[in-house]
Formats: sequence, structure tokens, C-alpha cells
Amino acid sequence: MSDESSTPNPVGHQPAPLQPEAAVLAEARQRSRRAFIGLGLAGLAGLGGWSWLISQPKESGVAGPLRRVLDANGRLSGAYFKETRLAPEFARSRARAPRINGKVGLKSELNPVTWRLRVQDFATGNTQEFTLDDIKALPKTSMTTELKCIEGWSIVVHWGGARLSDFLARYPLAARAGAAETLASYVGLRTPDDAYYVGLDMPSALHPQTLLCYEMNDQPLTAGHGAPLRLVTPLKYGTKHLKRIGTIAFSDTRPDDYWAEKGYDWDSGH
Amino acid sequence: MKQLIEKHSLAIRWFHWVNFPVLSLMIWSGLWIYWANDVYRLGWGDTTLFKFFPQSFYEAFNVPFQLAKGMAWHFVLMWVFFLNGVLYVGYTIFSGEWRYLLPNRHSFKEAIQVTLHDLGLRKGPLPVRKFNGAQQIAYTSVVLMGVGSVLTGLAIYKPTQFAWLTGLLGGYEFARILHFALTIGYVLFFIVHIAQVVRAGWNNFRAMVAGFEIVEVNPASQPLPAGPPPLPAADAPLSSN
Repeated sequence: MSDESSTPNPVGHQPAPLQPEAAVLAEARQRSRRAFIGLGLAGLAGLGGWSWLISQPKESGVAGPLRRVLDANGRLSGAYFKETRLAPEFARSRARAPRINGKVGLKSELNPVTWRLRVQDFATGNTQEFTLDDIKALPKTSMTTELKCIEGWSIVVHWGGARLSDFLARYPLAARAGAAETLASYVGLRTPDDAYYVGLDMPSALHPQTLLCYEMNDQPLTAGHGAPLRLVTPLKYGTKHLKRIGTIAFSDTRPDDYWAEKGYDWDSGH
Repeated sequence: MKQLIEKHSLAIRWFHWVNFPVLSLMIWSGLWIYWANDVYRLGWGDTTLFKFFPQSFYEAFNVPFQLAKGMAWHFVLMWVFFLNGVLYVGYTIFSGEWRYLLPNRHSFKEAIQVTLHDLGLRKGPLPVRKFNGAQQIAYTSVVLMGVGSVLTGLAIYKPTQFAWLTGLLGGYEFARILHFALTIGYVLFFIVHIAQVVRAGWNNFRAMVAGFEIVEVNPASQPLPAGPPPLPAADAPLSSN
């Protein structure tokens, strides 16, 4: 679009003579032609940009440029993140049982007696095993928060479990070799069969509302909801609430994430 | 005698034509997201007058099973929508064009007259101004709706980090309803807007592309300055012409 810059008309300016009509129409034709050609070219450029964008190689299920913006959004919300900002809590009476929305990672039989939580020490690489009683021996945290599914529905649920931060304080397995006060950047969790796996940034993992959860609505977890131990973090969509935790490991690179590989945002943070 | 009159500045035209495809794609990707939990309807109890949306609609617009793609597009284009809107509002403030756009105490009465006129229920000429009362209300409302979409969008995008905002907007689920309702509002705005642009004619439409309108002036009684004539202010009396 072209434009003659419009200069403001000073107060008291003497009216200039009218333009001859032929000159007016000629100018109108010329400006219209330029403007419509300009708009058309801008539209074509937009279409060109669009087809370039959707033709880019996919990164984890979504066109590369879109993925890079999603990751930049994640970094931006990471920079804004504060662990003092809490997900709202609700009256216990508002808690309901959520639907069972996914069974990936739960399809094999699980023996609750032989189940162990296996955690890999970031410093040494050795694996340490924990029983459910080890987790229950940590201070119990209860909260009534809203579980938000990435599909768009939400439901208030009452959760009980141990804070992941309490676990990592009691068992400093995320500490860096030779620098015990610094932690790995990420936590990766996987089901025992490795079929479902999620990654969390360390600030979200250490948030006071991120739980190794063993009770839902004051009852022990059922198999469909991730018995014996699941992750609950109202800082993320339900996709990150991994059921039936098998292993936990730490890393400085983003751990694999089941849904992020299928085109969803890796961060999925709230 | 025909003369050129400047109507829309280059900046305004750019904001307008950038917003059109961006908002369209925001609505489309929003549909991909909404489909994954399409629970809204018009009705009461067991009676549903209209379901958002019928299956045929989804199929016509290739909506189903595109949640991940919808979120990816939505969370990229939100930046363009937001920046374009901020620049537009900033421009109208600093250029002084807000004076033509903001409704005033005459606008509501005038909007009724314009509506009656457009429905063919009232004869007589409409006020000759850049934007009449109905336009002022419509264009200001749609900007406020844009602000509302950004705020309700933020409330459902980061409901923990912006928990105060989500709470202010009635909670996560209500903020999602508001976000959806605003989108329906854009579609209704679009339908009326297109109808009005069509009936206003080519001269008016060309102004949003090329910036000027051609007006008929009587050379004897209305000599025009060479520069663009100052348009009457938005609060000029209705009967000035």
C-alpha cells in the first residue's frame, strides 16, 4: 500500500484552489492501482510465508519454526516462573473423581509387593530403589487442586503424597557431582514398561505442589489412576501427571516426553 | 466536482489488513483446540438449541484431531495478534485518531438512529462524519474484545502463574467460556462488518486499501484546502450538516 503522507492542516490555513477533476481522478486511479497491487503482493507474501512454514521439516510432530516458538514460550514462562506462585486450592468438598483418560504405560500387570521406585543418582549414575513405605515415611502433603487436561476440561481433585522436593531433600540424588548444592536441570520420569515418559524442568519439580502422589480423594490410588505412585503437579497439564512411576532420572538436557513427541508443547506449563 | 479526501492513514490500513488473516487463523486454530473438549451449547436443561459445533461443521472445516497443531499455531500467532493490537491502540492514542473512534455521549442515541436507518425503518440522511455513533461503538467494542481475548487467553494459558487473573475472570472454566464467547463475538462482528462494507460501497472499501475517498464538492460554496481537510471531531453536534 502506498501513501502520500498526510500533513496536518494548520489552523488558519488559507483554502487552496480545488484540484481539476481530471487530475483528481488520475491521482485516484494511480493511488488505487498502487495500493491494490501492494495489498495483493502483501497477501501473496503472506501466503508464501505460510507455505514455507508448513513445508519446514517437522520437529517432534510440529513444523520446525512453530516448535522453536513453543520452546521460546517455554523459556519465557520459565524466566517468569516463581515457586511462590501456587495453583489455587479448593474446598475438599469440591473434589471429584477424574475420568481415566489414558492407559499408556499401564497395560502390563503390576505386582504392588515387588514394585520399587528406581531413582538414578545424577552424580554417580547408580540406581537406588525405594518402596512405597519409604515414600510414605516422608511428610505427607494434601491439597485440593484443579487437574487440567490439555484437551480443555478440568476437575477438582484431592491429592495426598510426598513433595518431590521433600524426597530430593531427604535423598539428594539430583545433586551434581562435586557440587552438591547445584541440581540437575531436568527430571525425567518413566513408567516401569517405558511406554510413557515425561520430563519436568527442575523448578517445577521442586515446586511445593509437585507431589509423588499415592492417594486420590483420600483413597489409595487405583490401578487406572496410577497405583502405587504417580506424579501430580498442578503446574502442568494432565499429560505430565505420569501414572505408575517406575524410574526417575536427572539430566541437563530435556528428557523425552511422550506427548511432546506427538506435537505438543514440551513445557506444557501453567 | 470530485475531490480526494484522506480517510485512513497507512498505519491504520496495515493494522487492519494484518489483523484480518491473523485473527482468522487464531479462530481456526482455536477451533482445533476447542474441538478436543467441545462442551458448549445454547439451551437449558436437556434442551439444546444449538451445539457448538455440529459434526457437519467440523468436517467442513477440517477440525477434528488437530489439538496439538492448533495449540502450536495458537501460541505462535498470539504474539502477532497481541503486538499488532498494541501497536494499533498505541497509534490511535499518539496520532489522536482515538477521537474519531471513541464513543461519546451522543454515540448511543446516534447508533440507534443508524441502526433504524440501516434496517430501512428511518428515513433521512446519516451524520456525515468519519465514523458514526454505531461505528464508534462497534470499533471500540471490538478493540475491547481483543483486550478481553488476550486477558482470558492468558488466564487459561498460565492459570497458576497468573492465578490472580484467572480468579478475577471467574476461574479457569469460566475464563475458557469467556474466551470462547469473545470468539463468537468476532464472528458476529465480521458478518455485520462485511454486510455494512458491501452496502457502503466501493468508495468506502477502497479507503481501507488506498487511504482516500472521492467526494463531491460544490466549488462555489465549499472551497477545500489542498491538504486533507480536518474531519469533524467525534463529539461534533449531529446536526452540523
